[in-house]
Amino acid sequence: MIEGAPWRRWVFFYVPVTAFVVSLLFPFYWMVITTIRPDSELYRPWSAPNYAPFWTTHPTVEHVHDLLSETLFTTWMLNTMIISLAATAISLFCGLLAGYALSRLKFPFAGSIGTAIFVTYLVPQTLLFIPLADIIRNFRLGDSPWALILTYPTFLIPFCTWLLMGYFKSIPKELEECARIDGAPRWKAMVYIVFPVAIPGILSAGIFAFTLSWNEFIYALVFLSSPEQKTVPVGVTSELIRGDVFFWGELMAGALLGSIPVAFVYSFFVEYYVSGITGSVKG
Amino acid sequence: MATVGPAATYSLRQQYVTTAKRGPITRLLEDERRLAFCLMLPTVVLLALFIAYPFVNGILLAVTDTRVGVPGKFVGMDNFAKIWSDDIFHVAVWNTCLYTFVTTVFKLVLGLWLALLLNRHFRGKAFMRAFILLPFIIPTVLSTFAWKWMFDPTFSVLNWMLFHAGIIHTRINWLGDPVMAMVSVIIVNVWRGVPFYAISLLAGLQTISPELHEAAAIDGARAWNRFRHVTWPLLLPVTLVIVLFSVIQTFADFQLVYVLTGGGPANATQLFATYAYQLGIGTGLLSQGAAISLAIFPILLLVVVVQLIYIRRTETL
Repeated sequence: MIEGAPWRRWVFFYVPVTAFVVSLLFPFYWMVITTIRPDSELYRPWSAPNYAPFWTTHPTVEHVHDLLSETLFTTWMLNTMIISLAATAISLFCGLLAGYALSRLKFPFAGSIGTAIFVTYLVPQTLLFIPLADIIRNFRLGDSPWALILTYPTFLIPFCTWLLMGYFKSIPKELEECARIDGAPRWKAMVYIVFPVAIPGILSAGIFAFTLSWNEFIYALVFLSSPEQKTVPVGVTSELIRGDVFFWGELMAGALLGSIPVAFVYSFFVEYYVSGITGSVKG
Repeated sequence: MATVGPAATYSLRQQYVTTAKRGPITRLLEDERRLAFCLMLPTVVLLALFIAYPFVNGILLAVTDTRVGVPGKFVGMDNFAKIWSDDIFHVAVWNTCLYTFVTTVFKLVLGLWLALLLNRHFRGKAFMRAFILLPFIIPTVLSTFAWKWMFDPTFSVLNWMLFHAGIIHTRINWLGDPVMAMVSVIIVNVWRGVPFYAISLLAGLQTISPELHEAAAIDGARAWNRFRHVTWPLLLPVTLVIVLFSVIQTFADFQLVYVLTGGGPANATQLFATYAYQLGIGTGLLSQGAAISLAIFPILLLVVVVQLIYIRRTETL
């Protein structure tokens, strides 16, 4: 804690912390309040005398109701869920195997393959989306969930591999050697001895991968075209705006509901998520 | 790590020691190289198919004049020459560099400050840490819409707050004015990035032994000097890696600007990625779009190489 007089504690700790928390969370509060505010109050200019920004006197669920009944929002949620889960599963599978091989086995080019995977980790999606769109079209994958299920792992696998490699390195080799002395074949020692110990690492990688896929935008925007195939971020962007008209109530309701699954997963696994972030940074 | 009791060990042993006969596949996988090959196969195939191949394809696209539905013919470096003399491209390059530099400075300073604040013991710390990460985990597009609504010229709550605090006297046209649009985009990016910096730096801070601080305090070092000569040098390697990641992400940013301004007004917030999208997908000039997004690569490579060299150097010090 801060040494010295109470005013120092206020100036150097409480005031800045409060300022940070308020400014980081205010947009979410604003999402909630806009969602439940009736249109008559929503479209009142800020300079109007009766503009009451921080609360509403007539909360309504009208916007949520419109969103769920008149748009394809539930379909987008389902699409996003399926795509995120499938992409995460594929990435975890590949990342586990590759991470194990790179951290435990000796084979030719191990070092250069490891470096290559690290380099792909640094390639942003925006570098490749145009040629990739071309390829997706040639593979006849356009406008189907497979376009995303197969391409999302490209930015998830490097991350999962890197995180799990670090995790495997922290597991003592003796554990496996014991099993091998008992006569277990290599792959069984891997599956039954090493993988169970690595479960916290797998969870971190999985949660991180899930939130990244839920968040992904540019591939989904470019590869999908029909409204019923879209994911939440793309659907909200393209279908809730007609020309220049923004349906702010529905938009905010969509933003709020679309964030809930991620926030839900996150709230249960905060610790794993944080270790995922720090693990990804430490490499 | 869980310790395994004798009973559990026994049952585990029964699972994996099938003894006697081993199938041909098991025998095959006993060889380290073959096993490694099988384990690496799915990853290598996926990455080759959807990273290496598109990369090569992108280069091939960039040297032709392909449009959507029209197979192009070889035109050499024409596309690069075209974007080199394109004014909007120059604006996009300048904007991207400005955007990356300013946001990185702010994210680093504010993130470090927040990390130092959170590195104390106080009630509700775990709770607060969980909440602070929200801007980073909530899908960017969705939270950016909340900002777009807050920046709305007629209904802006920010204008209301600033007006009633006596800071402004007329409305601010957040997204309509070229300078303010850039400021707005930067604000949202900083807002989204600060939690990531703070949590990662906090993890770095927690590895620094408190004894070092105590020793410095006993020697009479004040708070600022303790930070300057104890904390900062120890934190530097982690900081550099975080900055590396963040610079790459920011440099190639797309969704935030796409939602907030769409690159406007009059290209005032046009970035590499939004311009590539506008040309490649919007107008269907695939090969020019590919050339623009490929132009990110050398700059990105330069940034990464410089930073990696710097990281190496601080690690060997």
